Amino acid sequence: MTGVWIAVLVTAGGCYALKLAGLTVPQRVLANQRVRRFAELVPVALLAALAAVQSMTSGQSIDLDPARLAGMAAAVVALLLRAPFLVVIIAAAATAAALRAFGVG
Amino acid sequence: MPANMTGTVARPVRDGVGLGLAVGVSGVAFGAAAVSAGLSTWQACALSLFAFTGASQFALVGVIATGGSLLAGSAGAILLGSRNTLYGLRLADVLHPSGPGRLLVALGVIDETTAIALAQPDPPAARKGFAATFAVLYMTWNLSTLAGAVGAGKIGSPQAFGLDVVGPAAFLALIWPRLKAGRTERTVALGGVAVALGLTPLLPVGVPVILAATAAVAGALWESR
Repeated sequence: MTGVWIAVLVTAGGCYALKLAGLTVPQRVLANQRVRRFAELVPVALLAALAAVQSMTSGQSIDLDPARLAGMAAAVVALLLRAPFLVVIIAAAATAAALRAFGVG
Repeated sequence: MPANMTGTVARPVRDGVGLGLAVGVSGVAFGAAAVSAGLSTWQACALSLFAFTGASQFALVGVIATGGSLLAGSAGAILLGSRNTLYGLRLADVLHPSGPGRLLVALGVIDETTAIALAQPDPPAARKGFAATFAVLYMTWNLSTLAGAVGAGKIGSPQAFGLDVVGPAAFLALIWPRLKAGRTERTVALGGVAVALGLTPLLPVGVPVILAATAAVAGALWESR
């Protein structure tokens, strides 16, 4: 149990330090056009990767769960129809939940 | 209220509150997963209070659940949190935090707050969006972690409510405007997806997402040829 507490506190401290480091790094780092563009593109790359990993994998394997994929497809349709943010989320969750209620996925 | 105020102030707050509530409730899934993995309720709550970065929290709990080493679990979780450093670098340019306030702002530097803040047209709207998202998501995430930890085993599967799709759908919705902004953005997003999915079978959970940042490196270098 003590070991787990150490892991919890080390993880929390490490995660916080990494966040603070980003805010503390001198702004002149961003003066370089290439670094600035990199910082702009990083969230695009990571959020796209997170969306893909969280919807198409499970652990270390590719896992194409039909209900989850249908939920993501519903989100894309809602986005194409210019639905507000919350409607997109609800459409995704409701689609996955409905399919599972009918035994899919 | 003048139209421009609705546009620059009310919308980031509304979006932030909506996202905070929608994503925050998935703390139930984290609390339940943590206790199922063998953590105490207080350990689950400590992670949500002080680490406050969902992917890292799930990564640590996932390793503990499968009996992996605590060192590997912590290292993987912290590595996954390194993207927040890059977010912070970008956010500092918009939020300009200073003094002791920076210590609080730092806690709130995560995927969702960054996405909302950077989606705003100007710095004041970005600050409102960041603050609203952080406040609501922090409260919701921590309360739902507690509820999930206490209620683990008593509630049905979060999947039955489609809650496992909330995160990825939110991330997609948040980058959507930027996917429409330019071809580099779309290429970088697809590159990030390809890197992350391609490396998933080969590397520990969490690492492929971090390496997706190489797509952003490639995009920035390609543009400045």
